[in-house]
Parts: sequence; structure tokens; C-alpha cells
Amino acid sequence: MEEVIKITNLTKNYHTDAGEVCVLKGVDITIKAGEFVAIMGPSGSGKSTFMNILGCLDKVTSGSYLLGGQNTANLSRDELAELRNHVIGFVFQGFNLIPRQNLIDNVALPLVYAGMNAAARKIRAKEILKSVGLEVFGTYLPNQISGGQQQRVAIARALINRPKLILADEPTGNLDTKTSQEIMQLFCDLNEKEGITIVLVTHEPDIARYAKRLVNFVDGKIQHDGPTHLVEKEPA
Amino acid sequence: MSLSMLFEAWRAMGANRLRTFLTMLGMVIGVGAVIVMSAIGAGTQAKVKESIASMGSNLLIVLAGSMTSGGVRLGSGGVQTLTIADASAMEELESISATAPTSSGSAQLIYQSANWSTQVTGTTPSYFQVRDWEIESGYPFMDSDVRGATRVVVLGKTIAQNLFGDEEAVGKTIRIKNSPYLVVGVLSKKGQSLDGRDQDDTAIVPITTAQTKLFGSQFKGSVRFIMVEAVSDKVMDKAEQEMAQLLRQRHKLRESAEDDFTIRNLTALANTAEETTKAMSLMLAAIASISLLVGGIGIMNIMLVSVTERTREIGIRIAIGAKQRHILVQFLLEALMISIIGCLIGVCVGVGGALLVQKFFSISVAITQSSIMVSFLVATGVGVFFGFYPARKAANLEPIEALRYQ
Ligand SMILES: Nc1ncnc2c1ncn2[C@@H]1O[C@H](COP(=O)(O)OP(=O)(O)OP(=O)(O)O)[C@@H](O)[C@H]1O
Ligand SMILES: [Mg+2]
Repeated sequence: MEEVIKITNLTKNYHTDAGEVCVLKGVDITIKAGEFVAIMGPSGSGKSTFMNILGCLDKVTSGSYLLGGQNTANLSRDELAELRNHVIGFVFQGFNLIPRQNLIDNVALPLVYAGMNAAARKIRAKEILKSVGLEVFGTYLPNQISGGQQQRVAIARALINRPKLILADEPTGNLDTKTSQEIMQLFCDLNEKEGITIVLVTHEPDIARYAKRLVNFVDGKIQHDGPTHLVEKEPA
Repeated sequence: MSLSMLFEAWRAMGANRLRTFLTMLGMVIGVGAVIVMSAIGAGTQAKVKESIASMGSNLLIVLAGSMTSGGVRLGSGGVQTLTIADASAMEELESISATAPTSSGSAQLIYQSANWSTQVTGTTPSYFQVRDWEIESGYPFMDSDVRGATRVVVLGKTIAQNLFGDEEAVGKTIRIKNSPYLVVGVLSKKGQSLDGRDQDDTAIVPITTAQTKLFGSQFKGSVRFIMVEAVSDKVMDKAEQEMAQLLRQRHKLRESAEDDFTIRNLTALANTAEETTKAMSLMLAAIASISLLVGGIGIMNIMLVSVTERTREIGIRIAIGAKQRHILVQFLLEALMISIIGCLIGVCVGVGGALLVQKFFSISVAITQSSIMVSFLVATGVGVFFGFYPARKAANLEPIEALRYQ
């Protein structure tokens, strides 16, 4: 299988008033196309930092990150923007929808930056909203729908440019159990039916069980990496 | 740049209407001020130009008496050194096309029950040429009238209207100082002179008539001043020199003696007046431009606030694939939209304001196309210039920092 993500000896430092803080301390991981990976680990272990790097939102301090065989360190700002637009779909814990735009416009926004014309954008946005079951809410504003629905919209937005890779940082963190399960079912379908590679951060073992591979972060390092079904149910 | 980006900018503007309006107000006032000020400037300039044109072209004026004599101006009343013969002699000079000796005094004009006090000017028929003054109806008087000192008069438009109303004036007889004068012509309208006098409030009679029958003269044949028209504007200086030489010769002045006359180049004076008004209107426009600048700073200020407020939104846009130019254009468009819409309103306000100024302060204004076009250009420039820094600041945000911004 094709390697979507290949990370070698990745470190990430943050400059703070108190000095350098080393958040990621040498991470090696390879993720192949079609994988469904869940990342777990204690708070502050560097999961979000890692995801942001995977999403080309943040830069590595040292080590290398190959995305689809391309070293991201060699890419310009605009080339990275293009990757975020076409190759990666990012789903945030806080949804990150644009408040004053209706759902169709929110979902269609990546297409604007991809240079698609307005009519085609609208058709595609409606289509993708329908696939997450929200076609009737197209003209609603984000604050007029529930959190679960907002996360569906955010997923729809992440999917609209048919990305190879979906990155989701605690996508169900703000949702109740039932809604979380619905969202996870959506991810499973995308992974199984469309073959989209998914990397997802969660604190809940029940959520992690939807994935096929589990990676455990502790203190900026991968402590465990293996198939999900071999992992014992952790105490919450 | 697509329609949807314009729409996007429009929506962003609408999100905080009061703030957008207040920012726009800066532009409205700036552009309005520029339009009003330049309209006043252009109006004044046009008026001065008109007055200058109405004076006659290539005009020199020779006054009796020297300008100063040991610091004391010798009034033309006392020294009567210029004569009609001087005028005729000067007319022979190559650089001079016409001369009009002039004496004037005030008198009351009466026609039936109407009467009017005015300045009556005695001169020769070339006066009409020198002043570029058309006869509207009737004819000017002739050289023969000057020779015969006949009682004929050419009336200015104001007097004709005040004495005769709608009635035809030519052919009627009016009384000046109780003697009957035949109205032979009415002059066309000339409007105000540079010093604001109504030039049409005048009556013109043959100079001989004025001297012998109207005012009398201590020194027969002497005149207050002679109006001179040079052949072209290029020979003004030459004409001045030749005239001075001729007059000194005719007046038999010794080498050491001062001139007993003064020559003024009215065209040069007029040019100075024109320069002055030009400078004035430039200054008005410059002062108004400052308010435009202040308006621009207002835009920059509000765009900076807007960029800070929307840092998170910018972060989201960058995260889903907006390139730097997308963000740059988005914020530039917003700044431009504020400045251009402000400019549009400002043009309306400015034009309205200028018309109000004209109406209530009776200052002549001229709204020029160029002032509107310049306002647009400057407003666009201001939008781009003051919008660029905030827009660039937005476009240069780091994605992760923008997303984390609370
Ligand atoms: N911008 C930053 N500047 C300085 N330190 C940071 C910054 N971002 C994160 N950190 C630090 O890096 C560490 C890892 O943070 P990170 O957000 O990756 O943790 P996490 O594993 O996602 O935790 P959680 O499960 O609570 O989301 C934390 O100790 C945090 O204080
Ligand atoms: Mg986190």
C-alpha cells in the first residue's frame, strides 16, 4: 500500500517565556492509504501538536514529514495551502465554522480557494450536505443548528474537495454519546466505502474502537502502536 | 476576483453597520470637502477669467501723472498731462492697434419718470474695440460724433434695463445733466469687473461731448487716461517702451525728468490675479485633501481592528486552503468597498453642498468633472494604500496561531 504519511524522528519545540518546551520528542510513524488510525494519550502529551503538524498547520522543529512522498519542509506557504485544500480535510473539536455564513457557504468555502465557479460550488455543496444528512439546513447559520449537526457540516466541508486524508482532533469531544456514535459511523463509512485515510484523536476508548489501528502518545512520544482489537479496554 | 468575493466583502461590511458607516463617513466628508472646495476654487477662477476676458485683451492703460514723485503720488486730477492728441499719436505706433482716450465723471440720467446715477465715460469709438465690447442693438457713435461733439450716448445693459425696461432704447432721447442725448446703441452684457463693479452700469459719450458739454475741463483736450490695445500679447513690453518714449518726446521731458504719466499693463495684472486665484483654489483643495487622508487613516484603523477581531476566521480560511493572496484580496476589497462607496456618497454630498453654497452664499461654484474623477482615483488609492497594511497583516498570519486566537 502507498504510504500517505511517513514521519521520521519528528520533534517539536515551542518557545515560551519560560524557555524552550519540547512537546514532541522524536516521533516515528508511517500511515498507509486506507488506514483508520486513532490517537490516544493523556492530556498534554502532544496529540494536538502532532495533528497540527500532520495537517500542515504547524511546522516541525526537526525530523521529516513526508505527505504522499513529498517532504513538507520543502513546500512554500501557498503549496502547503494547496495541500490543505486538496489533499487534507481537517475536522476540529470546536467545529470552526464561519459564524456569519450559511451552511452551504461554509461547506463550499474550500471550493472558493480551489477556484471553482459559484454555480458549480453550490451544486457540490448541496450534494455533500446531503451526504451528511443536512440538505434541508443549507441556508441556516451555524448557530442555528446543534453541535452534532455543526460537526457534520465541518466534516462535509473537510470532504468537499475529495481529500485522501481526513484529520480529526477530538471530533466528538463536544458531543454526547449518541451523536458521537453517529459521527463515528460517518467516519467508518468514509474509510470503508471511499477508502479515505483517517487519523483521529480521542480520549474515549469507545470512540477509538471504531478505528483499526491505535497509537498511544505519552509525553511527546509514541508509547504503543498496534491494531485496535488487541488493546484492552482502558479505565476512563 | 469574482462576484462572490465582492459579495463576501459586502457581507463583512454589513456585519457591523454602525462601524462601517462611521468609517465611511470619514471618506464621505473627505471627498465631499474636496468636491466643494475645488468647486469653489474653480468657480472663483472661472469668474476671474471671465472678468479678465471682459476687460479686453492685450490691454495697457496710460494714466496721467507719475505714479510716485518722491513718495507722493501725483493725482491725475491735478496733473492733466495726457491729451487726445497723445492718444492719436500712439495709435500710429507699430505695436499698437487702437487707443481710446477716456475721461469720466458721474451724472444723472433721466428718461421720462425713470432716473439713474452712473459713471459717464467720454471716449472715442475705438474704445469699443479696445474693450472688446459688442454693441447689442443700434450702433456705436462715430469719429464724426467726436469731431462734432454731438449729444449721443451708448448705454450699458444695466442702464438700458433700468431706464427703459423692456422698451427699445435705441432712438430714444434721454436727459443727462438736463441736456437731451440720443441713444444710438446699447452694449452687450459684460458682467462684473475684477474688483466686483458692474461694468454694464455705464454710459458712453464722445470724449469731446464729455469735455465740452458734460463736465467741462480746465485743460481743454486733456484726458484722465488712455486705454491702449497692443497688437498681440507678445509685443506688450515693446508697446510699453515705445509709448513711454513717444510720450516723453511729445511732452518734451528732459533726460533727467521723471515720466509725467504711468503705464500699467492690465493684462499682466490680470494674470497675477489669475495666478492668485489658482493658488487659492489649489490651497483649498490641499486642505480638503487632508480630510481625505484622515478618512483613509480611519479605514486603516478599522481594518486593523477587523483583522484582529477576525483572526480566528482568517485561521479557518487558511486551514482549509486559502492562499495568501486570497486573504489579501478579501481584506483589500473590504477597504476598497468602504472607500469607494464612501466616495460615491461623498460626491453626492459634495455636489449638493456646492450647490447649497452657491445658493445661500452666492459664491459662484463650478463642479468639474476632473474633481470628481480625481476624488475617485484618490479614494481608490486611499483604499488600497490604507487597506494594504491590514490586509497584508491578515494574509501573513500563521495558520496555527490564527486558529488558536481567542
Ligand atoms: N503554542 C504553544 N506554546 C507553548 N506551548 C504549547 C503550545 N501549544 C501546546 N503547547 C504545550 O504543548 C503540550 C502539548 O499540547 P497539546 O495540545 O499537543 O496536547 P494534547 O495532547 O492535545 O492535549 P489534550 O488532550 O488536552 O488536547 C502542552 O504541554 C502544551 O502546554
Ligand atoms: Mg488536544
